[in-house]
Amino acid sequence: MTALAVRAPVVWQRSTLLRHLIWAILGGVGFYLLSVWLSPFRDLQLAQISYTAIAAAGLTVLSGLSGQISLGHGALMAVGAYSTALLLEHQHWKLGVVLIVATAITAGVGVLVGAAAARLRGPYLAGATLALAVGLPSLANYHRLRETLGGENGLTVVSGPPPLSLGETFPVERWQAWICGLCLIITLFVLANLVRSRVGRDMRLVREDEDAAALSGVHVARVQVLTFTISAACAGLGGGLLAYVNSLAAPGAFPLSLSLSLLTAAVLGGLGSLAGAVYGSVIVTLLPTWSSDIAQSAHLSRNVYANLPLVVYGVVLIGVIVLFPGGLQAGVLRVWRAVRVTIRGRLR
Amino acid sequence: MLRFLDLTLAGLTSGAVYAAIALALVLIWRSTRIVNFAQGGMLMITTFIAYTVISHGGSYWLALVVAVLSGFVLGGVVERVLIRPVEKRPPLDAVVVTFGLLVLLQGLAGMIFGGTPRSYPPAFSIIGFRAGDHRLLFAPNDLWVVLVVCGVMVLLAVVFRWTSLGLRMRASAFAPEVSRLLGVRVGRMLTVGWALAAAVGALAGVLIAPSTFVSPTAFDAFLVFGFTAAVIGGLDSPPGALVGGVGLGLALSYVSGYIGSDVVALGALVVLIAVLMVRPRGLFGSPVGRRV
Repeated sequence: MTALAVRAPVVWQRSTLLRHLIWAILGGVGFYLLSVWLSPFRDLQLAQISYTAIAAAGLTVLSGLSGQISLGHGALMAVGAYSTALLLEHQHWKLGVVLIVATAITAGVGVLVGAAAARLRGPYLAGATLALAVGLPSLANYHRLRETLGGENGLTVVSGPPPLSLGETFPVERWQAWICGLCLIITLFVLANLVRSRVGRDMRLVREDEDAAALSGVHVARVQVLTFTISAACAGLGGGLLAYVNSLAAPGAFPLSLSLSLLTAAVLGGLGSLAGAVYGSVIVTLLPTWSSDIAQSAHLSRNVYANLPLVVYGVVLIGVIVLFPGGLQAGVLRVWRAVRVTIRGRLR
Repeated sequence: MLRFLDLTLAGLTSGAVYAAIALALVLIWRSTRIVNFAQGGMLMITTFIAYTVISHGGSYWLALVVAVLSGFVLGGVVERVLIRPVEKRPPLDAVVVTFGLLVLLQGLAGMIFGGTPRSYPPAFSIIGFRAGDHRLLFAPNDLWVVLVVCGVMVLLAVVFRWTSLGLRMRASAFAPEVSRLLGVRVGRMLTVGWALAAAVGALAGVLIAPSTFVSPTAFDAFLVFGFTAAVIGGLDSPPGALVGGVGLGLALSYVSGYIGSDVVALGALVVLIAVLMVRPRGLFGSPVGRRV
C-alpha cells in the first residue's frame, strides 16, 4: 500500500498537452457511443448542445479568464451563421472549409469589437455588447441588404447528406451530431491548452489586476483584444453549426435571449470553467424541452411553459451569482476532492 | 426642408423619452456604480400594470400614478433584496444579476400577459399640429411627453440640490463611510435612490407605450437607447442624460428618416461605439484616474 502513497510523476501528469489529448480522445469515444445509442431526435439535441457549448466555452474564457463580459455573443453567432449560409450558397465549398472561413470572418468582427471593448470596463462593455445583440440582427432587414441576407425569412442553408459509405438509412441528425461533436472537442482541446499556456496566465493576470499586469510587462489591451477575438471565433463556429443544423440563418434565431442563454450556460457551469460551459449548455439546451414536458403533464397554459425557460434563466443567473458564485463546476470539484480524500484514507 | 423639420420634432419627442430612461440609469449609477440592465424589464412590468389598470376601466391618469408608484416600490425592493448582496463584489456580478432580473421579469410578464403586443392609449391627441396645410410630426401628446420629461428633470434637480433627502443621498454616494459616521443611513439612501430611479423609468415606460406596442420584449431596444444616451452624457450627470437623450433621439430620427427605419438599433450601436472610442467618459463625465 505504501507504493501508492509515493506518487511517481506519471507521463500524463507532466505533459499538459498529452493529458488534454487523452481527455479529448476519451470525450470523442464517449460522444460516439452516446450518439449511436440515442435516437435521431436526441442526436439533434446532442448537436444543439454541442454548438451551444462551443459558444458558451468561448464566453466562459472571455468572462472567467480575462474578466471581460459580453452580452452580445448571440450577435456574433449570427455573424458566423450568415457567413456559413452565404458561403455555402455562393461558393459551394466543402462544409469544413466553410466553417473554418466563417469562424475566421467572425474572428475578424471580434477584432473590431474587441478593439472597442479593450477600452471599455465592466458595465460599459456590457452595454456596448448588449447594443450589439439588439442592433446587429436588424441588419438583415435593412432594405438594401434584404436581397442578400433574406430579410426576416433569412437564408436557407443547403448542405449535403451524410456520406453514402455510412449506409442509406443513416440518420442525418447523427451525422450532424458527429460534426458538431467533433468541432466541440477540437474547440475544447484548443481552449484548454490555451488556458494553461502563457497567454492564459496573462489573461488571468489582466483579470485580477490590470495595473499589476501592465507593470509586469503584459500588454493589457493586446491580451484583451486577443481574448475577445478567440471568444468571437468560438461564437462564430457555434453560429455556423447552428445554421448548418437548423438549415436556416434568420434574424429570429438570434434574439437577445440567445445571448442570454449562453451567459446562463457559462454562469451556471461556473465562469472560467470549460467543463462547466459544457454542463451549462446541456442544461440550457434541454430546459425548453423539459419545461414543455412538465407543462404538458401539469396542464399549464402555453404562455406559462413558453416562458418558463426565461424565468429559469433569470433565477439561475441571479441565484448562482448571489449564492454560489463558483457555479456547478465548483460543486463538482468539491465533491471530487471529498471522494478522493475518502479513497486515499481507505487505502492508507 | 419640411421633412427635416418633421424628423427633428419627432427626434425631440423620442429623445425626451430616451433622456428619461437615461436619467433612471444615471441615478442608479451615481448612487451604486451599477448599470441597471433590468431597467428595461422594470419599466415593462410597470407599463403592463398601467395597462391592466386601463383595461379594467381606470383612466390614463390613474394608470400613470399606479405605474409610477409600483415602479418606486419595485425599485426599492430590487435594491434591498437582489442588489445589496452584490454591491461590494466585482462589477461583473452586478451586471449578471441585473441582466438576470431583466430576463426573469420578461419571462414573468410573458407568463402573465402573453406575448401578444397590446396597444396603449395616449394621453392626448396624436394628430399633429397644423403648420399651414401641413400636419407636423408633432402632436399634443408629444408636447406632453416633452413637458413631463423636462418637469421631472427640474423636480429631481430641486430634490437633489435643495432638500435634506437630496443632500443625504448625494453624501452617501460621494463618501459612504463619512456619511455613515455622520448619521446618514447609507443603505436606506441607496434603496431610495433605486426607488426614485425606477419611478422615473416607470414614467418613461408609460410615455413610450402609445408609440410602440406593449409586450415583454418591446422595450429591449429602448434600454439600449437609454444606455447609449446615458453614456453620451457621461453616465454620471443628469443634465448629460438630457443632452445625450435628445442628441440620440435626433440622430436616430435622421437615421430612420434618411437611411431606413430597420436599422435604428444599429444606428444606436454605431453612435455608442463612436462615443466610447472618442470620448469614453462621455460629454459631461469627469475623467477618472486609476489608482495603482
